[in-house]
Amino acid sequence: MIDPVALFLMLLTASTPILFAALGELVAERAGVLNLGVEGMMITGALAGFAAAYHSGNPVLGFAAAALAGALIALPFAVLTQFLLSNQVASGLALTLFGLGLAALFGKPMEGVKAPTMAPGPLGLHWIVWLGLLMVPLIWWFLNRSRAGLILRGVGENHDAAHALGYDVRRVRIAAIAFGGAMAGIGGAFISVATVLQWTEGMTAGAGWIALAIVVFSNWTAPGVLAGAWLFGGVTVLQLRLQAAGVRVPVQLLSMAPYLATIVVLVAISARQKFSRRAGSTAPGSLGQDFHALR
Amino acid sequence: MIRLVPRTDTPALLQGSTPVLAVLATMLAGGLLFAIMGYDPVTAIRTIFWDPLFGPAASYSRPQLLVKAAPLILIASGLAVGFRAGIWNIGAEGQYIIGAICGAAVALAAYPAPEMWIFPAMVIAGAAGGWAWGMIPALLRNWFGASEILVSLMLVYVAQRIAAWMAFGPMKNPEGFGMPGSRNLQQYPAAANPELIVGTGAHWGVVAAVLAVLATWFLMSRHIRGFHIRAAGTAPRAARFAGVKPETLVAFCLGLSGALAGMAGLFEVAGPAGQITDKIGVGYGFTAIIVAFLGRLHPLGILLAGLLLALTYIGGELAQLTLNLPGATVQVFQGMLLFFLLGFDLLTRYRITRRIAA
Amino acid sequence: MTEGAVLRAEGIGKSYPGVRANDDVSFAVAPGEIHALLGENGAGKSTLVKMIYGLVRPDDGRMLLNGRPHQPADPRAARAAGVAMVFQHFSLFDALTVAENIALGMENPPPRRALSARIAQVSQDFGLPLNPDRRVVTLSAGERQRVEIIRCLLQNPRLLIMDEPTSVLTPQEAELLFATLRKLAAQRTAILYISHKLEEIRSHCDRATILRHGRVVDSCDPRAHSARDLAAMMVGGDMRPIDRSGRQAGEVLLQVKGLSQPAPTADATALKSVALTLRAGEILGIGGVAGNGQDELLAALSGEIRNAPGTILLEGADLSRLGPEARRAAGLLAAPEDRLGHAAVPDFSLTDNTLLTAGARKGLVRKGLIDRPAARAFAQDVIRAFDVRTPGPETAAKALSGGNLQKFVIGREVMQAPRVLVVNQPTWGVDAGAAAAVRQSLLDLARAGAGVIVISQDLDELLELSDRFCALNEGRLSAPLPTQGLTLDQIGLMLGGAHGMEVAHL
Repeated sequence: MIDPVALFLMLLTASTPILFAALGELVAERAGVLNLGVEGMMITGALAGFAAAYHSGNPVLGFAAAALAGALIALPFAVLTQFLLSNQVASGLALTLFGLGLAALFGKPMEGVKAPTMAPGPLGLHWIVWLGLLMVPLIWWFLNRSRAGLILRGVGENHDAAHALGYDVRRVRIAAIAFGGAMAGIGGAFISVATVLQWTEGMTAGAGWIALAIVVFSNWTAPGVLAGAWLFGGVTVLQLRLQAAGVRVPVQLLSMAPYLATIVVLVAISARQKFSRRAGSTAPGSLGQDFHALR
Repeated sequence: MIRLVPRTDTPALLQGSTPVLAVLATMLAGGLLFAIMGYDPVTAIRTIFWDPLFGPAASYSRPQLLVKAAPLILIASGLAVGFRAGIWNIGAEGQYIIGAICGAAVALAAYPAPEMWIFPAMVIAGAAGGWAWGMIPALLRNWFGASEILVSLMLVYVAQRIAAWMAFGPMKNPEGFGMPGSRNLQQYPAAANPELIVGTGAHWGVVAAVLAVLATWFLMSRHIRGFHIRAAGTAPRAARFAGVKPETLVAFCLGLSGALAGMAGLFEVAGPAGQITDKIGVGYGFTAIIVAFLGRLHPLGILLAGLLLALTYIGGELAQLTLNLPGATVQVFQGMLLFFLLGFDLLTRYRITRRIAA
Repeated sequence: MTEGAVLRAEGIGKSYPGVRANDDVSFAVAPGEIHALLGENGAGKSTLVKMIYGLVRPDDGRMLLNGRPHQPADPRAARAAGVAMVFQHFSLFDALTVAENIALGMENPPPRRALSARIAQVSQDFGLPLNPDRRVVTLSAGERQRVEIIRCLLQNPRLLIMDEPTSVLTPQEAELLFATLRKLAAQRTAILYISHKLEEIRSHCDRATILRHGRVVDSCDPRAHSARDLAAMMVGGDMRPIDRSGRQAGEVLLQVKGLSQPAPTADATALKSVALTLRAGEILGIGGVAGNGQDELLAALSGEIRNAPGTILLEGADLSRLGPEARRAAGLLAAPEDRLGHAAVPDFSLTDNTLLTAGARKGLVRKGLIDRPAARAFAQDVIRAFDVRTPGPETAAKALSGGNLQKFVIGREVMQAPRVLVVNQPTWGVDAGAAAAVRQSLLDLARAGAGVIVISQDLDELLELSDRFCALNEGRLSAPLPTQGLTLDQIGLMLGGAHGMEVAHL
C-alpha cells in the first residue's frame, strides 16, 4: 500500500517546475503578453542553473543563475513583440526553438556530470518546492491587492485605455516578460538541479507547454495555477507509480498520461468557458495583441 | 527620435528582401557565436553554407539537399495555408510521425506481397493518418474552443511515445534479433520509396513537394477558398461576413497541413529513414514552421526557404564531421534565423521615419 | 473675461504624415463656462483635445493653464495640472470593478474602503448612482460614462474635457448629463465639450469654437445662432438638400417573424422575438442606443448568424437557415457598421474587397475560380459611380479615408441591385459630403423598388431617410410608427428613456 502522505509529497515535488513556469506565464498573460517561449526559457534555465550549480558547487547560486538566464533569453522576445511589433505567437515559437538549440549547443560539456545537492527543507522537501508554494499567495496578493498589480491587469485588459490614462504599456509588459522568464528559468532549473541532478538535452520534455495549458485551466488566477500544477503533478506521480508497480501496460503508453491529461483538462475548461454563460472566460482583454501608439 | 508609421502598401522588393537580410544577419550573428566558441567564423560559415554545394565532398552532399528539403517543403506548404488564416498548427511533427506509422503499417501488413498497389496505398494511409491526427485539434477547437496550438503540440509528445511503443512492440522486426525498430522498408521493393533519378536524391517525396507547392499556390491565389483563408487571417469578422464558416476553415487548414505532414512522414519512412524507430521524428515538423515564415508563407518562397534550411542541415552535419562543431549548432542557427526574420518583418509593415524631438 | 481663462491655446499646430490635423488654433475657456468645440469628423477636434490631455504633443504654438505654460509630457502630468477627460470610446477596463477602474485613473488613490466611500459621496452629490464593486462589463453605456465622469470628478479638475459624450445616450440620459455639467460649471469648473450635435450645443453651451479642416473658422455664442447657421459654419457652405421624392410602398419583400437568438458572446445582446415587415420602395429606420442589439440584428439578417426556420422570409422564400452567400444570391444584402475589419478587409485592395460580397451576383467567382479582371472592372465601376477618391482599384482599403471607404462599401452592395439592403450606421464617422452621397444612394435604391433597412444611432439621419421608424431596445424591436410627425420626446421614450437613472431622483 502506498502512503497517501508520501504520495502527496511526491506530487508537490513533481508539480514544482510547472508551478513556477505557469505562475510566471500567468503574470505575463495578465499583462496581455502571450509568450509561447516558456519551453525555451525553461530549458535555458535548466542548463544555466545546472552549469552554475556545478561550477560553484552551490545549488542556490544555480537557481539565481537560472532566473537571470530565463529573464535574459526572454529579452529578444520582448524586443520583438514590444518594439518591433512582431506576432506574439511566432515570436514565442522562435524563442522556444532558439532556447532548445542554444541549450543543446552549450549543454554538451555538461553531459555526464552530477549536480551538487543541498540539505532538504521541512518535511524532506526541497526549499524551492516551499518557495513555489509561497509564490502562489504572493502573486495572488500582487495581482489583486497591490497598486502595481492593478496597473498590470489594466495594461493586459485594455492597453489602449491604459495608454490613454498615461501608463507605459511597454515598460509594464517588458517587466512582466522578464518576470515570466525568470520564473520559467527557476522551474527548469528545478528539474536539472533538484530532481534529475543531471543535464540531458531536451530534459524539460514539454513542461513549458503544459504550463501554458495550465494558465488557461486556471482561468488566469494564481490559486487556479496551483490546482492545475497539482493535477499534473498527481498524474505524473501516479503514472510513475504504475510503471514501478509493473502494470502490464507498455511504459511508452503510460508516459503519455501527462500530455493526454493536459488535452483533457484543456478541453474541459475551454468547454466550460465556451458554454457556461456564467463562468465565461476571464482571459485578459488584450492578450496576444500588438500595441502601437501614435504620438 | 525614431517613429514607426504603418504602411498602407508594401513594395514587392521589400517583401522579398527581408528574408535575405535575415539570412545575412544570421550569418553575422552565427559567425560571432563561432568566434566566441573558439572556431574560425569564416571557415565555419563556409562549411555550412558553401561546401555542401560546391565543396570537395559536394557530390555526396548535393543529393542530400533534395532529400532534406522535400519533407520541409511538403510540411511547410500546408502549415503556411493555416498560418495565413491565423490557425496555428504547431504539431506537424506529430502528424508526420503518425503518417509514417500509418503508412508503414500498410507495408508491414502486406509484407511480403509484391503488388503494385502497395506503395500508393501507403501514401494514402500516410496522408490519412496525418489528416486524422490534425483533425483532433481541429475538432476539439471547433467543438469546445480548445486552443489548437496547445492541443496539436501535446499530440507531438503523444505521437513520439506511440512511435516508441511501435518500435519496441507491435511493429518490431520479428527477424531483427531483438533490436527495436520495424523491418526496413527500403529492402521491400513494393513498399520502398527509391531514388528516382540516380545521383539527384529525388524520391517520390520530392515530386509530392513540388506538387504541393503548385497546388497551394493555385489555392491561395486563384481559388475563392484561398481568398477566404487570407481574409480570415487578417480580418476574421469580414471573412464571416463574406460567408466563411470559421469551423470549416479550421478543419480544412488543420486537415490539409496534417495530411501533407503525414505524407512527408511516409515518404521518409519508406525512403531515407527506412524503418519505424523511436527516433522517427527528427524535427522536420518544427523546422518547417521556420521554413513557412522564411518563405513569407508564399509557396514559391517556401520552396526556396526549404532548400536553404536543408542546406543548413547538411552543412551542419558536414561541420560536425570536419570542424567538430556540435550538432545543435544548426538548431541555434534556425532559431536565430526566425528571430531575425520576425524582426526585419517590421520593415514591411511599418515605415521608419526620423523626427527631431520637440 | 478671457483674462482669467482656465485654458488658453495660442497658435497650436500639429501635423501627421500627409495631414495637417491642426493649424494655428487659438481659443480660450473661462471658469464655469461650458465651451463647445464644434466640427465635422476629421476637423481636428480630437487631436486638439489629445494635446491638451498630454496624449499628443503639439508641433507649434503654446497652451496656458491658469496663466501658466501647459505642456504635459503624458496624461498623468495633465491630470496633475488639473485637466480631466471623458473619452468618446470609453477608456475603461471591462474585467475590472468600478472602484478599480477609478483607482487606475488617479495618481494616489486612497485605500479600497476609503475610495469606495468617496465614490459613493461624489455619485450622490452629482446624482450619478454607481455600485463601486460591480464589474464594468456588466454596466450599460450610460453607466460606463458615469464611471468615467466620477473618475474625473474625484480629481477636482479645473478643466473637464468631454469627447462626444451623448453619442451613446438616450435623449433623457443626455438631459441628466447636462444637469451634472451645470452643477460642475456652477462650481467654476471649465468644461470643454466636443460634439457635432448642433441642437445640443445650442441649448446647453455658453460658447462655441468652430473648427474646419484643422483651423478655427469662427467663435460665437451658439444660443444666438440657428442650427442651420452653425451647420454652414461647420461645413463651409450650404448642404445639398436630400431628394426624397418618387417613392411608393409596393408589395411585401422581407418578413421577419419571431426572430429570437441568444447572445453569441458574453458582451453581446440577445434578440427577443423581433418582427418586422418591409415593402418594396420603403425605407425602414431602426433607432437605438449603441449595444442594444444592432450588430446582432444585422448579423441575423446578413446570415452571419443562422436563425430558426421560418423567421426570415424574402419574397416568400425562407432564408432562415442559409448563410451569407446564399442570402446574397437570393437578393438580401447587408453592409455592417464597422468598415475596417467587417465590411471590408483593411489590408486587401479594393479589387479584392469586391470578392468579399459580390462574387456570385456579379459573376466574379465561377466554380470557385476568381476572375480577377472582372473584379477589377467591378471595383472601377463602384469607384466611378460613387465618386470614391482613390488612386485606383489596387489601393488597399485601409488607405482610404472613412468617407471614401464607406462610399465604396455601400456602393459595392447598391450596385449589385439587391432586393433588400440592410445597413448599420451608414454614415458613422463620415464627412458631411460623403454622408449626403450615401444617404442619397439609399433613397435612390428605394426609389428603384428595393427595400432598405437603415439601422442607425443618428436620429436626425433616421428622421431624414425613413418612412417608418422603430426602436431597438435590449434586443426587442418596437412596433413601427410613421416618421412623419414623430417628436424627439416620443423617440426618446421608444429608445428606453433613461436607463437606471430612476435612483437618481431620490
